[in-house]
Amino acid sequence: MTLQAVVIGTSAGGVQALSQVLPRLPADFPAPVLVVVHVPPKQSNSLVDLFAAKCRLPVKEAEDKEPLAPGTIYFAPPDYHLLVEACGTIALSSDEPVNHSRPAIDVLFESAADAFGPGLAGIVMTGANSDGAQGLRAVYAADGQAIVQIPATAEVATMPEAALTACPDARTMALERIVPALEAMIA
Amino acid sequence: MSESIEDIEIQLLLDAVYRHYHYDFRHYARASIKRRLLQARSQWGYDSISDIQSAVLHDESILPKLLNFLTVQVSEMFRDPSYFRALREKVVPHLRTYPSLKVWVAGCSQGEELYSLAVLFAEEGLFERTIFYATDINPAALRAAQAGIYPLDRIQLFTENHRLSGGHSSLSDHYTADYDRAVFSKSLRERTVFSDHSLVTDAAFGEMHLISCRNVLIYFDRELQDRVVGLFGESLVRGGFLGIGSKESLRFSEHADMFAEFVREERIYRRSSQ
Repeated sequence: MTLQAVVIGTSAGGVQALSQVLPRLPADFPAPVLVVVHVPPKQSNSLVDLFAAKCRLPVKEAEDKEPLAPGTIYFAPPDYHLLVEACGTIALSSDEPVNHSRPAIDVLFESAADAFGPGLAGIVMTGANSDGAQGLRAVYAADGQAIVQIPATAEVATMPEAALTACPDARTMALERIVPALEAMIA
Repeated sequence: MSESIEDIEIQLLLDAVYRHYHYDFRHYARASIKRRLLQARSQWGYDSISDIQSAVLHDESILPKLLNFLTVQVSEMFRDPSYFRALREKVVPHLRTYPSLKVWVAGCSQGEELYSLAVLFAEEGLFERTIFYATDINPAALRAAQAGIYPLDRIQLFTENHRLSGGHSSLSDHYTADYDRAVFSKSLRERTVFSDHSLVTDAAFGEMHLISCRNVLIYFDRELQDRVVGLFGESLVRGGFLGIGSKESLRFSEHADMFAEFVREERIYRRSSQ
Protein backbone atom coordinates (compact mmCIF):
# COMPACT_ATOMS: atom_id res chain seq x y z
CA MET A 1 0.00 0.00 0.00
CA THR A 2 1.29 3.44 -0.83
CA LEU A 3 2.10 5.94 1.87
CA GLN A 4 -0.98 7.93 2.94
CA ALA A 5 0.27 9.84 5.97
CA VAL A 6 3.32 10.35 8.16
CA VAL A 7 3.28 11.02 11.89
CA ILE A 8 6.35 12.18 13.80
CA GLY A 9 6.84 12.53 17.55
CA THR A 10 9.74 14.06 19.43
CA SER A 11 10.57 15.99 22.56
CA ALA A 12 13.92 17.16 23.93
CA GLY A 13 16.25 17.85 21.03
CA GLY A 14 13.31 17.66 18.66
CA VAL A 15 13.71 20.96 16.87
CA GLN A 16 17.27 20.09 15.85
CA ALA A 17 16.23 16.59 14.81
CA LEU A 18 13.26 17.82 12.78
CA SER A 19 15.58 20.25 11.03
CA GLN A 20 17.44 17.20 9.72
CA VAL A 21 14.25 15.66 8.35
CA LEU A 22 11.46 18.05 7.35
CA PRO A 23 13.52 20.32 5.02
CA ARG A 24 14.58 17.21 3.05
CA LEU A 25 10.98 16.42 2.06
CA PRO A 26 10.62 17.19 -1.66
CA ALA A 27 8.10 19.72 -2.93
CA ASP A 28 6.07 16.94 -4.57
CA PHE A 29 5.84 14.78 -1.43
CA PRO A 30 2.32 13.35 -1.67
CA ALA A 31 1.36 12.59 1.95
CA PRO A 32 0.38 14.86 4.85
CA VAL A 33 2.94 14.96 7.68
CA LEU A 34 1.68 15.46 11.25
CA VAL A 35 4.12 16.40 13.96
CA VAL A 36 3.88 16.44 17.74
CA VAL A 37 6.69 18.18 19.59
CA HIS A 38 6.37 18.54 23.34
CA VAL A 39 6.27 22.26 24.00
CA PRO A 40 5.28 24.18 27.13
CA PRO A 41 1.51 24.90 27.09
CA LYS A 42 1.83 28.67 27.20
CA GLN A 43 4.30 28.92 24.35
CA SER A 44 2.95 30.33 21.14
CA ASN A 45 3.53 28.14 18.15
CA SER A 46 6.81 29.48 16.82
CA LEU A 47 7.65 26.06 15.37
CA VAL A 48 5.41 26.80 12.40
CA ASP A 49 7.32 29.95 11.49
CA LEU A 50 10.65 28.29 12.13
CA PHE A 51 9.97 25.37 9.79
CA ALA A 52 7.97 27.28 7.20
CA ALA A 53 11.19 29.16 6.47
CA LYS A 54 13.19 25.94 6.05
CA CYS A 55 10.82 23.58 4.23
CA ARG A 56 9.73 23.15 0.65
CA LEU A 57 6.31 21.93 1.79
CA PRO A 58 3.68 24.24 3.31
CA VAL A 59 3.83 24.24 7.12
CA LYS A 60 0.88 25.14 9.36
CA GLU A 61 -0.65 24.68 12.77
CA ALA A 62 -3.26 21.93 12.72
CA GLU A 63 -6.84 23.22 12.93
CA ASP A 64 -9.82 21.36 14.26
CA LYS A 65 -12.04 19.74 11.55
CA GLU A 66 -9.58 20.64 8.80
CA PRO A 67 -9.32 18.03 6.03
CA LEU A 68 -5.73 16.74 5.66
CA ALA A 69 -4.11 18.02 2.48
CA PRO A 70 -1.38 16.10 0.66
CA GLY A 71 2.16 17.42 0.99
CA THR A 72 1.42 19.62 3.99
CA ILE A 73 3.22 19.63 7.34
CA TYR A 74 0.97 20.10 10.37
CA PHE A 75 2.17 20.92 13.87
CA ALA A 76 0.04 20.19 16.93
CA PRO A 77 -0.93 23.45 18.68
CA PRO A 78 0.46 23.87 22.21
CA ASP A 79 -1.85 22.58 24.97
CA TYR A 80 -4.08 20.52 22.65
CA HIS A 81 -3.95 16.89 21.59
CA LEU A 82 -3.82 16.31 17.85
CA LEU A 83 -5.84 13.41 16.44
CA VAL A 84 -6.90 12.17 13.04
CA GLU A 85 -10.47 11.09 12.36
CA ALA A 86 -11.16 7.99 10.26
CA CYS A 87 -12.51 10.23 7.49
CA GLY A 88 -9.12 11.96 7.20
CA THR A 89 -9.86 15.22 9.00
CA ILE A 90 -7.95 16.71 11.91
CA ALA A 91 -9.42 16.69 15.41
CA LEU A 92 -8.08 18.59 18.40
CA SER A 93 -8.93 17.80 21.99
CA SER A 94 -8.28 19.31 25.39
CA ASP A 95 -8.52 15.98 27.17
CA GLU A 96 -6.15 15.57 30.09
CA PRO A 97 -2.44 15.23 29.35
CA VAL A 98 -1.18 11.76 28.42
CA ASN A 99 2.31 10.84 29.62
CA HIS A 100 2.29 14.29 31.26
CA SER A 101 2.08 15.83 27.81
CA ARG A 102 -0.49 17.72 25.81
CA PRO A 103 -0.05 17.31 22.90
CA ALA A 104 0.90 13.66 23.37
CA ILE A 105 2.56 11.56 20.70
CA ASP A 106 0.63 8.42 21.68
CA VAL A 107 -2.70 10.19 21.08
CA LEU A 108 -1.72 11.22 17.54
CA PHE A 109 -0.14 7.89 16.62
CA GLU A 110 -3.00 5.73 17.90
CA SER A 111 -5.69 7.73 16.13
CA ALA A 112 -3.65 7.88 12.92
CA ALA A 113 -3.01 4.13 13.07
CA ASP A 114 -6.78 3.68 13.20
CA ALA A 115 -7.38 6.04 10.31
CA PHE A 116 -4.61 4.95 7.95
CA GLY A 117 -3.55 1.42 9.01
CA PRO A 118 -0.94 0.10 6.56
CA GLY A 119 -0.81 3.49 4.81
CA LEU A 120 0.83 5.15 7.81
CA ALA A 121 4.48 5.70 8.71
CA GLY A 122 5.19 6.58 12.35
CA ILE A 123 8.54 8.00 13.41
CA VAL A 124 9.82 8.45 16.97
CA MET A 125 12.89 10.61 17.46
CA THR A 126 14.94 12.14 20.27
CA GLY A 127 13.21 12.85 23.58
CA ALA A 128 13.47 12.56 27.33
CA ASN A 129 10.40 10.47 28.17
CA SER A 130 8.51 7.45 26.86
CA ASP A 131 5.61 9.17 25.08
CA GLY A 132 5.20 7.67 21.60
CA ALA A 133 6.15 4.12 22.59
CA GLN A 134 2.57 2.83 22.83
CA GLY A 135 1.62 4.86 19.79
CA LEU A 136 4.39 3.36 17.68
CA ARG A 137 3.31 -0.09 18.74
CA ALA A 138 -0.22 0.76 17.56
CA VAL A 139 1.16 1.91 14.19
CA TYR A 140 3.03 -1.37 13.83
CA ALA A 141 0.05 -3.45 14.99
CA ALA A 142 -2.07 -1.81 12.27
CA ASP A 143 0.53 -2.89 9.68
CA GLY A 144 1.96 0.59 9.32
CA GLN A 145 5.67 1.39 9.05
CA ALA A 146 7.33 1.93 12.44
CA ILE A 147 10.56 3.90 12.38
CA VAL A 148 12.82 4.95 15.28
CA GLN A 149 15.82 7.22 15.24
CA ILE A 150 18.92 5.14 16.17
CA PRO A 151 19.08 5.89 19.91
CA ALA A 152 22.87 6.37 19.86
CA THR A 153 22.42 9.20 17.36
CA ALA A 154 19.68 10.93 19.36
CA GLU A 155 20.38 13.97 21.48
CA VAL A 156 18.35 12.27 24.22
CA ALA A 157 17.98 8.52 23.77
CA THR A 158 15.16 7.84 26.26
CA MET A 159 12.27 8.27 23.82
CA PRO A 160 13.68 6.18 20.95
CA GLU A 161 14.80 3.51 23.42
CA ALA A 162 11.33 3.33 24.97
CA ALA A 163 9.79 3.10 21.49
CA LEU A 164 12.10 0.19 20.62
CA THR A 165 11.27 -1.59 23.86
CA ALA A 166 7.54 -1.33 23.09
CA CYS A 167 7.98 -2.05 19.40
CA PRO A 168 11.15 -4.15 18.95
CA ASP A 169 10.54 -4.77 15.25
CA ALA A 170 10.57 -1.08 14.34
CA ARG A 171 13.20 -0.09 11.80
CA THR A 172 15.97 2.06 13.22
CA MET A 173 17.71 4.64 11.11
CA ALA A 174 19.79 7.79 11.24
CA LEU A 175 17.89 11.02 10.66
CA GLU A 176 19.25 11.56 7.15
CA ARG A 177 17.91 8.16 6.06
CA ILE A 178 14.32 8.91 7.04
CA VAL A 179 13.17 10.91 4.01
CA PRO A 180 14.64 8.43 1.48
CA ALA A 181 12.88 5.64 3.41
CA LEU A 182 9.57 7.53 3.21
CA GLU A 183 10.03 8.16 -0.52
CA ALA A 184 10.56 4.44 -1.01
CA MET A 185 7.11 3.83 0.47
CA ILE A 186 5.43 5.87 -2.25
CA ALA A 187 3.99 3.54 -4.86
CA MET B 1 -9.98 0.68 5.46
CA SER B 2 -13.05 -1.36 6.25
CA GLU B 3 -14.80 -0.60 9.50
CA SER B 4 -13.14 -2.39 12.40
CA ILE B 5 -15.10 -4.47 14.88
CA GLU B 6 -14.24 -1.94 17.55
CA ASP B 7 -15.74 0.88 15.48
CA ILE B 8 -18.92 -1.14 14.97
CA GLU B 9 -19.10 -1.82 18.70
CA ILE B 10 -18.68 1.89 19.48
CA GLN B 11 -21.51 2.83 17.13
CA LEU B 12 -23.75 0.20 18.71
CA LEU B 13 -22.90 1.38 22.22
CA LEU B 14 -23.66 5.01 21.37
CA ASP B 15 -26.94 3.96 19.73
CA ALA B 16 -27.83 1.94 22.82
CA VAL B 17 -27.05 4.80 25.22
CA TYR B 18 -29.17 7.12 23.09
CA ARG B 19 -32.11 4.77 22.73
CA HIS B 20 -32.26 3.75 26.36
CA TYR B 21 -31.05 6.85 28.21
CA HIS B 22 -31.48 9.65 25.62
CA TYR B 23 -27.90 10.81 26.00
CA ASP B 24 -26.78 11.44 22.46
CA PHE B 25 -23.06 11.04 21.75
CA ARG B 26 -23.57 9.86 18.18
CA HIS B 27 -22.29 13.11 16.73
CA TYR B 28 -19.35 13.58 19.04
CA ALA B 29 -15.96 13.62 17.31
CA ARG B 30 -15.27 9.93 17.07
CA ALA B 31 -11.51 9.73 17.60
CA SER B 32 -11.75 11.24 21.11
CA ILE B 33 -14.82 9.18 22.03
CA LYS B 34 -12.98 6.05 20.99
CA ARG B 35 -9.97 6.95 23.10
CA ARG B 36 -12.14 7.52 26.14
CA LEU B 37 -14.13 4.33 25.65
CA LEU B 38 -10.97 2.26 25.29
CA GLN B 39 -9.73 3.85 28.52
CA ALA B 40 -12.98 2.96 30.26
CA ARG B 41 -12.76 -0.59 28.96
CA SER B 42 -9.27 -1.14 30.28
CA GLN B 43 -9.91 0.64 33.57
CA TRP B 44 -13.05 -1.39 34.21
CA GLY B 45 -11.42 -4.65 33.11
CA TYR B 46 -13.82 -5.43 30.27
CA ASP B 47 -12.68 -7.45 27.26
CA SER B 48 -14.61 -5.44 24.69
CA ILE B 49 -16.70 -2.34 24.08
CA SER B 50 -19.68 -4.68 23.69
CA ASP B 51 -19.24 -5.62 27.34
CA ILE B 52 -19.64 -1.96 28.28
CA GLN B 53 -22.81 -1.85 26.19
CA SER B 54 -24.25 -4.85 27.95
CA ALA B 55 -23.31 -3.49 31.37
CA VAL B 56 -24.74 -0.03 30.81
CA LEU B 57 -28.02 -1.37 29.39
CA HIS B 58 -28.59 -3.79 32.25
CA ASP B 59 -27.20 -1.78 35.14
CA GLU B 60 -28.27 1.86 35.51
CA SER B 61 -25.48 2.53 37.97
CA ILE B 62 -22.93 2.19 35.15
CA LEU B 63 -24.38 5.18 33.27
CA PRO B 64 -23.00 7.93 35.53
CA LYS B 65 -19.56 6.34 35.34
CA LEU B 66 -19.79 6.19 31.58
CA LEU B 67 -20.90 9.84 31.44
CA ASN B 68 -17.85 10.77 33.47
CA PHE B 69 -15.61 9.10 30.91
CA LEU B 70 -17.40 10.67 27.96
CA THR B 71 -17.93 14.20 29.21
CA VAL B 72 -15.83 15.33 32.12
CA GLN B 73 -13.24 17.93 31.34
CA VAL B 74 -10.67 19.04 33.80
CA SER B 75 -10.20 22.71 33.01
CA GLU B 76 -8.50 25.64 34.70
CA MET B 77 -9.87 28.85 36.10
CA PHE B 78 -9.01 31.66 33.70
CA ARG B 79 -7.66 29.16 31.20
CA ASP B 80 -6.09 31.25 28.41
CA PRO B 81 -5.85 34.46 30.46
CA SER B 82 -5.81 36.57 27.29
CA TYR B 83 -9.39 35.46 26.56
CA PHE B 84 -10.57 36.75 29.92
CA ARG B 85 -8.52 39.90 29.49
CA ALA B 86 -10.29 40.53 26.18
CA LEU B 87 -13.67 39.98 27.86
CA ARG B 88 -12.67 42.43 30.57
CA GLU B 89 -11.28 45.11 28.30
CA LYS B 90 -13.42 44.84 25.18
CA VAL B 91 -16.70 43.11 26.04
CA VAL B 92 -17.40 44.45 29.54
CA PRO B 93 -17.71 48.09 28.34
CA HIS B 94 -20.62 46.98 26.12
CA LEU B 95 -22.18 44.87 28.86
CA ARG B 96 -22.14 47.88 31.20
CA THR B 97 -24.75 49.55 29.01
CA TYR B 98 -27.40 46.94 29.95
CA PRO B 99 -29.36 47.31 33.19
CA SER B 100 -29.54 43.54 33.61
CA LEU B 101 -27.48 40.75 32.12
CA LYS B 102 -27.76 37.06 31.35
CA VAL B 103 -24.65 34.94 30.91
CA TRP B 104 -24.66 31.32 29.80
CA VAL B 105 -21.75 28.99 30.46
CA ALA B 106 -22.65 26.14 28.12
CA GLY B 107 -21.04 22.82 28.97
CA CYS B 108 -19.81 24.11 32.32
CA SER B 109 -18.32 20.79 33.41
CA GLN B 110 -16.91 21.28 36.92
CA GLY B 111 -17.39 25.03 36.95
CA GLU B 112 -13.91 26.51 36.40
CA GLU B 113 -15.15 28.82 33.63
CA LEU B 114 -18.25 29.81 35.61
CA TYR B 115 -16.27 30.86 38.68
CA SER B 116 -13.78 32.70 36.49
CA LEU B 117 -16.60 34.74 34.98
CA ALA B 118 -18.26 35.30 38.35
CA VAL B 119 -14.99 36.66 39.78
CA LEU B 120 -14.47 38.82 36.70
CA PHE B 121 -18.01 40.20 36.82
CA ALA B 122 -17.62 40.93 40.54
CA GLU B 123 -14.37 42.79 39.86
CA GLU B 124 -15.98 44.80 37.09
CA GLY B 125 -19.04 45.70 39.17
CA LEU B 126 -21.46 43.77 36.96
CA PHE B 127 -22.12 40.83 39.26
CA GLU B 128 -25.19 42.20 41.01
CA ARG B 129 -27.05 42.79 37.77
CA THR B 130 -26.24 39.39 36.24
CA ILE B 131 -27.88 36.00 36.23
CA PHE B 132 -25.57 33.16 35.25
CA TYR B 133 -26.81 29.96 33.69
CA ALA B 134 -24.43 27.03 34.02
CA THR B 135 -25.48 23.98 32.06
CA ASP B 136 -24.12 20.53 31.44
CA ILE B 137 -25.51 17.11 30.57
CA ASN B 138 -23.61 15.34 33.32
CA PRO B 139 -25.39 15.55 36.72
CA ALA B 140 -22.17 14.71 38.59
CA ALA B 141 -20.31 17.55 36.87
CA LEU B 142 -23.16 19.95 37.69
CA ARG B 143 -22.98 18.93 41.35
CA ALA B 144 -19.24 19.54 41.32
CA ALA B 145 -19.75 22.92 39.68
CA GLN B 146 -22.34 23.79 42.30
CA ALA B 147 -19.96 22.80 45.09
CA GLY B 148 -17.10 24.91 43.69
CA ILE B 149 -14.35 22.94 45.40
CA TYR B 150 -10.97 22.45 43.75
CA PRO B 151 -7.78 20.77 44.90
CA LEU B 152 -5.56 23.31 46.60
CA ASP B 153 -2.61 22.29 44.44
CA ARG B 154 -4.35 23.76 41.39
CA ILE B 155 -4.84 27.16 42.99
CA GLN B 156 -1.37 28.41 42.19
CA LEU B 157 -2.09 27.99 38.48
CA PHE B 158 -5.57 29.55 38.84
CA THR B 159 -4.06 32.49 40.70
CA GLU B 160 -1.40 33.08 38.09
CA ASN B 161 -3.98 32.83 35.28
CA HIS B 162 -6.25 35.26 37.14
CA ARG B 163 -3.42 37.77 37.52
CA LEU B 164 -2.55 37.51 33.82
CA SER B 165 -6.22 38.05 32.92
CA GLY B 166 -6.01 41.51 34.48
CA GLY B 167 -7.75 40.55 37.72
CA HIS B 168 -7.68 43.34 40.24
CA SER B 169 -8.84 41.52 43.33
CA SER B 170 -6.90 38.75 44.97
CA LEU B 171 -8.26 35.35 43.99
CA SER B 172 -7.85 34.29 47.61
CA ASP B 173 -10.61 36.76 48.53
CA HIS B 174 -13.00 34.43 46.77
CA TYR B 175 -12.23 31.06 48.40
CA THR B 176 -11.34 29.59 51.74
CA ALA B 177 -8.63 26.97 52.05
CA ASP B 178 -9.79 23.87 53.84
CA TYR B 179 -7.02 21.27 54.29
CA ASP B 180 -6.11 20.35 50.73
CA ARG B 181 -9.11 21.99 49.11
CA ALA B 182 -10.13 25.47 48.05
CA VAL B 183 -13.84 26.12 48.62
CA PHE B 184 -15.15 28.97 46.51
CA SER B 185 -17.41 31.47 48.17
CA LYS B 186 -21.16 30.76 48.14
CA SER B 187 -21.83 34.35 47.17
CA LEU B 188 -20.16 33.70 43.81
CA ARG B 189 -22.84 31.21 42.84
CA GLU B 190 -25.88 32.78 44.49
CA ARG B 191 -26.80 34.33 41.14
CA THR B 192 -26.27 31.12 39.17
CA VAL B 193 -28.92 28.75 37.90
CA PHE B 194 -27.40 25.28 37.45
CA SER B 195 -29.29 23.28 34.91
CA ASP B 196 -29.27 20.01 33.04
CA HIS B 197 -29.24 21.03 29.39
CA SER B 198 -28.05 19.20 26.30
CA LEU B 199 -26.62 21.17 23.41
CA VAL B 200 -27.37 18.13 21.26
CA THR B 201 -31.07 17.68 21.92
CA ASP B 202 -32.42 20.68 23.87
CA ALA B 203 -33.70 24.02 22.63
CA ALA B 204 -32.37 27.58 22.73
CA PHE B 205 -31.96 29.20 26.11
CA GLY B 206 -33.24 32.74 25.65
CA GLU B 207 -32.04 36.37 25.54
CA MET B 208 -28.43 35.92 26.61
CA HIS B 209 -25.92 38.78 26.53
CA LEU B 210 -22.86 36.56 26.71
CA ILE B 211 -22.38 32.87 26.00
CA SER B 212 -19.05 31.35 26.95
CA CYS B 213 -18.53 27.85 25.62
CA ARG B 214 -14.88 26.93 25.45
CA ASN B 215 -13.42 23.67 24.22
CA VAL B 216 -16.80 22.06 23.86
CA LEU B 217 -17.34 22.46 20.11
CA ILE B 218 -14.11 20.62 19.30
CA TYR B 219 -15.71 17.47 20.70
CA PHE B 220 -18.58 17.65 18.21
CA ASP B 221 -18.61 16.65 14.57
CA ARG B 222 -19.33 19.30 12.00
CA GLU B 223 -23.05 18.58 11.77
CA LEU B 224 -23.51 18.90 15.52
CA GLN B 225 -21.29 22.00 15.64
CA ASP B 226 -23.61 23.58 13.12
CA ARG B 227 -26.64 22.83 15.25
CA VAL B 228 -25.01 24.25 18.36
CA VAL B 229 -23.75 27.41 16.68
CA GLY B 230 -27.29 27.99 15.40
CA LEU B 231 -28.59 27.40 18.92
CA PHE B 232 -26.18 30.01 20.28
CA GLY B 233 -27.26 32.46 17.62
CA GLU B 234 -30.90 32.00 18.61
CA SER B 235 -30.07 32.30 22.30
CA LEU B 236 -28.26 35.63 22.08
CA VAL B 237 -29.76 39.10 22.03
CA ARG B 238 -28.79 41.16 18.97
CA GLY B 239 -25.31 42.45 19.69
CA GLY B 240 -24.73 39.71 22.30
CA PHE B 241 -21.35 38.03 22.58
CA LEU B 242 -20.14 34.47 22.05
CA GLY B 243 -16.75 33.26 23.26
CA ILE B 244 -15.38 29.89 22.15
CA GLY B 245 -12.08 28.03 22.61
CA SER B 246 -8.86 29.39 21.18
CA LYS B 247 -8.63 26.55 18.65
CA GLU B 248 -12.30 26.58 17.72
CA SER B 249 -13.80 28.52 14.86
CA LEU B 250 -17.17 29.44 13.40
CA ARG B 251 -15.56 29.53 9.97
CA PHE B 252 -16.88 26.17 8.83
CA SER B 253 -20.37 26.67 10.23
CA GLU B 254 -23.39 27.31 8.05
CA HIS B 255 -24.59 29.73 10.73
CA ALA B 256 -21.38 31.77 10.62
CA ASP B 257 -23.28 34.72 9.13
CA MET B 258 -25.24 35.14 12.37
CA PHE B 259 -21.98 36.35 13.90
CA ALA B 260 -19.29 38.94 13.30
CA GLU B 261 -15.74 38.58 14.61
CA PHE B 262 -15.32 40.86 17.60
CA VAL B 263 -11.92 39.93 19.04
CA ARG B 264 -10.58 37.67 16.37
CA GLU B 265 -7.51 36.26 18.10
CA GLU B 266 -9.51 35.37 21.22
CA ARG B 267 -12.40 33.85 19.29
CA ILE B 268 -14.97 36.29 20.62
CA TYR B 269 -17.88 36.89 18.26
CA ARG B 270 -20.83 39.24 18.28
CA ARG B 271 -24.36 38.36 17.21
CA SER B 272 -25.13 40.38 14.12
CA SER B 273 -28.30 42.37 13.97
CA GLN B 274 -30.02 40.69 11.02
